[in-house]
Amino acid sequence: MMTAVKNASGGMATPWSKARADFPLYTNGRRKIAYLDSAASSLTPEPVLAAMDAYYRECRANVHRGMYAESEDAGARYDGAREKIAAFLRAAADEIVFTRGTTESLNLLAYSLSRKLGPGDEVVISIMEHHANLVPWQQLAKERGFALEFIPLAADLTLDMRAARALITPKTKIVSVTYASNVLGTVVPVRELADLAHAVGAVMIVDAAQAAGHRPIDVRELDCDFLALSGHKMLGPTGIGVLYGKRGRLEALPPFMFGGDMILDVRKEDSLWNEVPYKFEAGTPNIAGAIGLGAAIDYLGKLGLDAVRSHEREITDYALAALAKIPGVTVYGPPSGSDRAGLVSFTIEGVHPHDAATVFDRQGVCVRGGHHCAMPLLRELGLNGTLRASFGVYTAPEDVDALVAAIIKTKAIFNV
Amino acid sequence: MTDIAHDMIPEAASAAEEIYKENILDHYRHPRNRGAFSPCAFKHREINASCGDDLELFVDLADGKMRKVAFEGRGCAVSIAAVSMLTEHVAGMTLAEIEKLGKDAMLGLLGIPVGPSRLKCALLGLKTLQNGIAAHRTAL
Ligand SMILES: Cc1ncc(COP(=O)(O)O)c(C=O)c1O
Repeated sequence: MMTAVKNASGGMATPWSKARADFPLYTNGRRKIAYLDSAASSLTPEPVLAAMDAYYRECRANVHRGMYAESEDAGARYDGAREKIAAFLRAAADEIVFTRGTTESLNLLAYSLSRKLGPGDEVVISIMEHHANLVPWQQLAKERGFALEFIPLAADLTLDMRAARALITPKTKIVSVTYASNVLGTVVPVRELADLAHAVGAVMIVDAAQAAGHRPIDVRELDCDFLALSGHKMLGPTGIGVLYGKRGRLEALPPFMFGGDMILDVRKEDSLWNEVPYKFEAGTPNIAGAIGLGAAIDYLGKLGLDAVRSHEREITDYALAALAKIPGVTVYGPPSGSDRAGLVSFTIEGVHPHDAATVFDRQGVCVRGGHHCAMPLLRELGLNGTLRASFGVYTAPEDVDALVAAIIKTKAIFNV
Repeated sequence: MTDIAHDMIPEAASAAEEIYKENILDHYRHPRNRGAFSPCAFKHREINASCGDDLELFVDLADGKMRKVAFEGRGCAVSIAAVSMLTEHVAGMTLAEIEKLGKDAMLGLLGIPVGPSRLKCALLGLKTLQNGIAAHRTAL
């Protein structure tokens, strides 16, 4: 049996226990929960809800169209959100394209960039990719005839950089990798890969879905050409995301969707594209969503991203230590001490992850069980699924204690 | 060990035990009618890719009725218990009778509350059998 786990915070009020009060799901939800599924979607704090609500109540109009005060106010809030995201990524505002999320950002890139690719060309991704950064390339590889190459994992479940150096060659036209694995928590040396990519003239794309909002991101420092993120994984609303692109790269890229707002001039036979980033934003955008994401960035800014990162790291270390003490529990992730995202994947011997997740649910412990949209990685690991506990700014050590109790309970029910 | 999860939801312990009651766990640990056999009238395989559940059913018929049905495969407790119970339940039934079995009949057989996220697990065995029958009919 497991020995008692001490509350890491000693039960004292910290900035984090105060932050928890900002998340209405804890007070208004149907039940008391230990929410440990932030990697799938984070909770949303009150100021984000308030910002979206204010848009709907105070200046509910379309942006960039109406020549009246309400539309101009809405436009200012929408463009203001773009400025906030630019500052958040250390980019310029015209390098920020609003999308529906990481998936749409990556599809946009895959479709638009692969137009110029064909037989003999290679796109390099990693075996850790979420399906969002794998299936688009795989399908376009079939259509366009280019090859898709996978950087493997080293034995310690970090990215095999030796293999990466061998795989990235003059044939490589695109390197697209996740910043942090949503299954293993492994953090990828993005800058090093960007240097390898640029040395052979390839475009560097970063899937930052699991990094944004959890650690400071500086696109100039990473030197990536494109970066994708999702608002709903960083305290923002669903349905809004970002594609960052270096200005020159965005200008060179053909538009992905056509329609209103993305044009300057339309004639019967041809059209002239709007300037970046509007060239990529066809149709009425998710105005409230963008405003909400801007508010999420303000909220994270108040907490401080370095502080967010160390809080999530502490909770992760606490969880790793607690899980290591439970017989029959196997943790999958990079070695202790390495840089990692705030999540822990594990299995309980003799219990299918879905059965465990169901028992956890009945205990108010919310985790994800399954393949986490990374089936090639799970196959590589020889697993058909894991349980994943993932953390956010609102996660308390008590949530991890509840997880441990739920694991013990599961083991008792399944008699393992 | 702190018991926070239990403090949080008093009825949690019983709710968890409800879905994994002894009967279900018994079928999971000791599935009935497990093991491929041949020759058989037909066999059919279905997978739940999202769960990694993978079932194959082997069917032998006599006078248009289930003489023997067995399964092979892997899955979670819910899907294995469900298919195990199903193989017992359908013995002696006609194909037409089996084709009429619906979701409610299967859940009734299981006798546990199954939420939307686990419904696919509970119904995989039935789906495999019914799709197998459909394929068998078209092959005739
Ligand atoms: C690493 C990674 N990439 C991409 C995605 C897809 O994000 P979205 O579903 O918000 O488009 C996810 C979400 O699970 C992810 O974890």
